[in-house]
Amino acid sequence: MNSLLSLITFLPLIGAVVLLVFLKGEDEMAQRNAKLLALFTTAATFILSLFVLLGFDPTDTGFQFVEEGAWLGGLTYKMGVDGISVLFVMLTTFLMPIVIGASWHVTSRVKEYMVAFLVLETLMIGVFCALDLILFYVFFEAGLIPMFLIIGIWGGKDRIYASFKFFLYTLLGSVLMLVAMIAMYYQAGTTDIPTLLTHQFDSETMHVLGFTIAGGAQTLMFLAFFASFAVKMPMWPVHTWLPDAHVQAPTAGSVVLAAILLKMGGYGFLRFSLPMFPVGSEVMQDFIFTISVIAIVYTSLVAIMQEDMKKLIAYSSVAHMGFVTMGIFAFNQQGLDGAIFQMLSHGFVSGALFLIVGVIYDRMHTREIAAYGGLVIRMPVYALIFLLFTMGNVGLPGTSGFVGEFLTLSGVFQVSTWVAFFAAFGVILSACYALWLYRKVMFGDLIKESLKTIADLSGREKLLFAPLVAATLLLGIYPSLILDVIGPSVTALVHHTDSALAAAATTLAQN
Amino acid sequence: MLGQDLSVIAPELVLALYAMGALMWGAYAGRDASRMILWVSTGVLVAVGLWVGVHAGGTQTAFDGSFVSDGYARFAKVMVLFGAAATLALSADFLSRNELMKFEYPVLIVLATVGMLIMVSAADLIVLYLGLELQSLALYVVAAFRRDSLRSTEAGLKYFVLGALSSGLLLYGASLTYGFSGTTMFAGIAMVAGGGEPMSVGLVFGLVFLIAGMAFKISAVPFHMWTPDVYEGSPTPVTAFFSTAPKVAAAAMLARVLFDAFGNAVADWQQVLALLSLFSMFLGSFAAIGQTNIKRLMAYSSIGHMGYALLGLAAGTQEGAQSLLIYLAIYVTMNVGVFAFILNMRRDGQQVTDIASLGLYSRVDPARAAALAVLMFSLAGIPPLVGFFGKFYVLKAAVDAGLVWLAVAGVVASVIGAYYYLRIVYLMYFGQEVEPLDGRMPSIHWGLLGASALAMVLGIINLFGVESLAASAAATLVQ
Repeated sequence: MNSLLSLITFLPLIGAVVLLVFLKGEDEMAQRNAKLLALFTTAATFILSLFVLLGFDPTDTGFQFVEEGAWLGGLTYKMGVDGISVLFVMLTTFLMPIVIGASWHVTSRVKEYMVAFLVLETLMIGVFCALDLILFYVFFEAGLIPMFLIIGIWGGKDRIYASFKFFLYTLLGSVLMLVAMIAMYYQAGTTDIPTLLTHQFDSETMHVLGFTIAGGAQTLMFLAFFASFAVKMPMWPVHTWLPDAHVQAPTAGSVVLAAILLKMGGYGFLRFSLPMFPVGSEVMQDFIFTISVIAIVYTSLVAIMQEDMKKLIAYSSVAHMGFVTMGIFAFNQQGLDGAIFQMLSHGFVSGALFLIVGVIYDRMHTREIAAYGGLVIRMPVYALIFLLFTMGNVGLPGTSGFVGEFLTLSGVFQVSTWVAFFAAFGVILSACYALWLYRKVMFGDLIKESLKTIADLSGREKLLFAPLVAATLLLGIYPSLILDVIGPSVTALVHHTDSALAAAATTLAQN
Repeated sequence: MLGQDLSVIAPELVLALYAMGALMWGAYAGRDASRMILWVSTGVLVAVGLWVGVHAGGTQTAFDGSFVSDGYARFAKVMVLFGAAATLALSADFLSRNELMKFEYPVLIVLATVGMLIMVSAADLIVLYLGLELQSLALYVVAAFRRDSLRSTEAGLKYFVLGALSSGLLLYGASLTYGFSGTTMFAGIAMVAGGGEPMSVGLVFGLVFLIAGMAFKISAVPFHMWTPDVYEGSPTPVTAFFSTAPKVAAAAMLARVLFDAFGNAVADWQQVLALLSLFSMFLGSFAAIGQTNIKRLMAYSSIGHMGYALLGLAAGTQEGAQSLLIYLAIYVTMNVGVFAFILNMRRDGQQVTDIASLGLYSRVDPARAAALAVLMFSLAGIPPLVGFFGKFYVLKAAVDAGLVWLAVAGVVASVIGAYYYLRIVYLMYFGQEVEPLDGRMPSIHWGLLGASALAMVLGIINLFGVESLAASAAATLVQ
C-alpha cells in the first residue's frame, strides 16, 4: 500500500471527473445522483484514510507512507505524513462527508457545486501531505480557485466583493512565499522538504539600507512565509477578509473555510517557519505574541458587538487562532501540543457552529441574531446540540476546546507570564459572546410569529451532528487520543528548534 | 553536394514550392478556390510539421554551414508550423464572414512560415536576414489585408515603417559584426567573440544592434510600441497569427544568434537581455490593466509573456534555453485557444472586441466560459495549471544562473498581471449582465479552444513529454 496517500489525495478528484464527464442534466434525479456520488466519494476517502491512521506509528518521528517519483523540471512528487500532519489529513477526510451532507438542500448548479468541493478536498489533503516545496505551493495556491468560485457563485448578496477580497489577500501573501521559496532553493539547492528541515539557513545579521536585520536571511524568509500564513490563519490585522468571506459563503463553504482551510496557516508555521527558520522565529517571537494577544482580546470584543451570527463565529475563530499562533511560538511541548490540539478541536467546534447557524438559516433565511429568540421551546434537540458546541467554543472542561486553550496558555506561561495573563482574558470574553449569542437565540419568550412553526432537527441533520458531538466530547474527556499521536513528532520538533538555535548562537559567537 | 544541401532544406523547399504552386492555382482558378486553398495550405503545414517532427538525423548543415538543421531548429520549426496551421484553420470562418476570403491570404501565411523556418535554421547573418525579410514582407501585407478598413491599413503601414527601421538596426549590427569579425558565419563570429579576451568595442556595438533589431520582432520593451496598434488594427485571424508563430520564430532566432555566435560572451549580452526581460514583464503587466479591448489586452499580454521567455534566455545556460522552448510551446498553445475564443466574440453577426461584452458569459455558454477561464488562470500562471510550470521553468533557470533579483521581479510582475486575467474570469462569472454574444461556434474553433484548455489541465502530469524533447533540443544549441 505504498501509494495510499496519493490514493486518498486524488480519489475525490476522480469523483469530480466522473461527475463532470458522466452526469448530464439538471433535473432532480441528476441532482440527487450528484449528491450521492459526492457523498460516496468523500466517505470512501475517509475510510481509506483510516488505514493511514491505523498504519501510522506515532513513535517514529520521521515521515511515513512516503512516496516519491520524478515530476516535471527536476521536481519530485513526494508525499508523506508525520505526527503533525497526519491528523490534519484525518480532519479533512472526516469533515468532508459532513460538509457534503450539509449541502443536501442546494438546488442551483448542483453538479458544479459538488465538483468544486471534491476538487477542494484533493487540494487540501495535498497541502498536508506534500513533501516538496513546489508541490506544496501548487496545492496551497490552487485551493484559491475552487474557493473563489464557491463564494462567488453560491454565496450571498455581496459575494463578489467577498470573493475578490479573499482572492487578492491570499494571493498577495502566497506570492511573497514563492519569492522566499526561490531564495530557499537558491541557498539549499533543493526543494525537498525533509532535506530542507535539516538545512541551516543563513542567520547572520544583515545590514540593508541602514537597517539592521537580526537573524538575517532567516528573518526575511520567515517574514515572507509569515505574510502568507498570517493571511490564511488569519491573524490580526489581516483577518478582515474572513468575516466577509464567511458571511457570503454558503454553509458548507463556511464549514470548510473555518474547519480546514484556516488550519493551513497553522500547519505552515509548524512545517516551515519553526523548523526551517528557528532563528527568524525567535527574533519574531515577541512580535507574534503581541499580535496574537491583540487578536485574542480585540476580536473577542468585536465578536460581542456582532449582529450577524456567522460574523460572530468568524470573529471568534480569529480569536481562537490567536491561541494557536501564541502556542506555536512558545517553542515548548505544551505550547505546540496545545496549538495542534486547538486547531483540531476548533475544526470540529467551529464547523459544527456554522452548521448550527445553517440549520436555522435554512428555515428562516436570516442570520440576524435579533430575528430569533425562544427557540428552545420549539427545538429542544437543537438547543442541546447548540449548547454543547457553545460550551466547546467557550472552552468548558470536558469539551475539546478546554484542552487546547489550557495547554497553549500553560505553554506560554513558561515563556512569558504577561502574554498568558492577557490571553487568559480571551477565555472570559469568549464566554461573554458565546453565551450571549446562545441566550439571545435560544432563550426568552417565543414571541415572533414566524418562529412559532419552526421544526426541530430532521433525521439527516441529527446524523450530521452526531460524529461532531462524539468527537468534541471524546477529545475533551480523553485528549491522549490526539496527544499520543502528535507528541513524539512535537518533541522532535522542539529538540530540533532548540539545537538549531544553539548551533546558530555558537556560530554567531565564533564570528 | 547540391543534392545533400537540398535534402537538408527539403521542408523549406517543399513549402516554398507549394506556396508558388498555390499562387498559380489561385490565379487561374479565381476566388472560388480560395477556401480550398486555405484548407489545403493548413493540411500542408500540418504535414510538413509532422515530417519535421518525426525526422531525426542529428545535426546537418547545408551551403557550407550557413544553414543548419539540428534538434533545436526542428523543435522550433514544429512549433512554428503547428502554430501557423492552427491559426490558419481558425481564420477560415472569419474570412468568409467578412468577405476577405482571398487565395492570397493562405499563400502569404505559407510564405511567412517559410521565412520563419529559415530564420530558426540560419547559421549565417545573411541567411538570417533573408529569412527575416521573407517573413516580414508577408506579414506587412497580411496586417493590411482588410484594404477597405482604415485601421487595418494603418496597422499595416505602422508595422511596415517600424519593421523597416528594425531591419535597418539589424543590418547595421550585422555589418558591424562582419566588419569586426571578418565573417558572417556564426561559427566564425564565435571564434572572435569572447573566448578569454574581452570583445572589441565594435563587436559589442554589433551585438547590441543585432539584439535591438530582433527585440523589435518579439516586441520586447522598449521596442514594443508597434504591438498594441498592430494587434488591434489587423483582422483578428492575423492578430492570432502574429501572436503565435512569428513570436516563436523570432525568439528562437534570437537564442540561436546569442548562443551560436556569441556563446562565449554570455556576460556581454546577459545584462541586455535581463533588462529587456524586466521591462517587458512589468510593462506587460501594468499597461494591460487599463485595456478595454481584448485584442489590445492580448498584445500587452504577449509583451509580458515574451518578457518571461527572455528571462529564461537571459540565464544564458542550457537550462535557460530549455526553459525558453518550453515556455514558448506553452505560450503558443494558450494563445491558440484564447484566439479561437476571441474570433467568435460576435453580437448579431458583428465582431466585438470589448471586454465588457463578456459580462456573465458563463450563463450563455458554461462550457466555453469554463475553457476560457482555465486559459486565463493558466496565462496568469496560477498553479496547478500548465502556465504556472512555464513560469516555474524560466524562474528556476534564472535562479540557477544567479539572477535571483530578476526572478523575484518576475514573480512580482506575475501578481500584477494576474489582475487583468482574473478580471476576464470575473466578468464572465460575476459581471454585469449584458446583451449576450452569439452562441454558435464552428466546431474547429471549439475543438482548438477545448483542446488547448484541456492541455493546460492534463499537462501537469508530464507536460506531454515536451520537457525531455526541449532538453535534447536545447542540448544541440548550447554545447
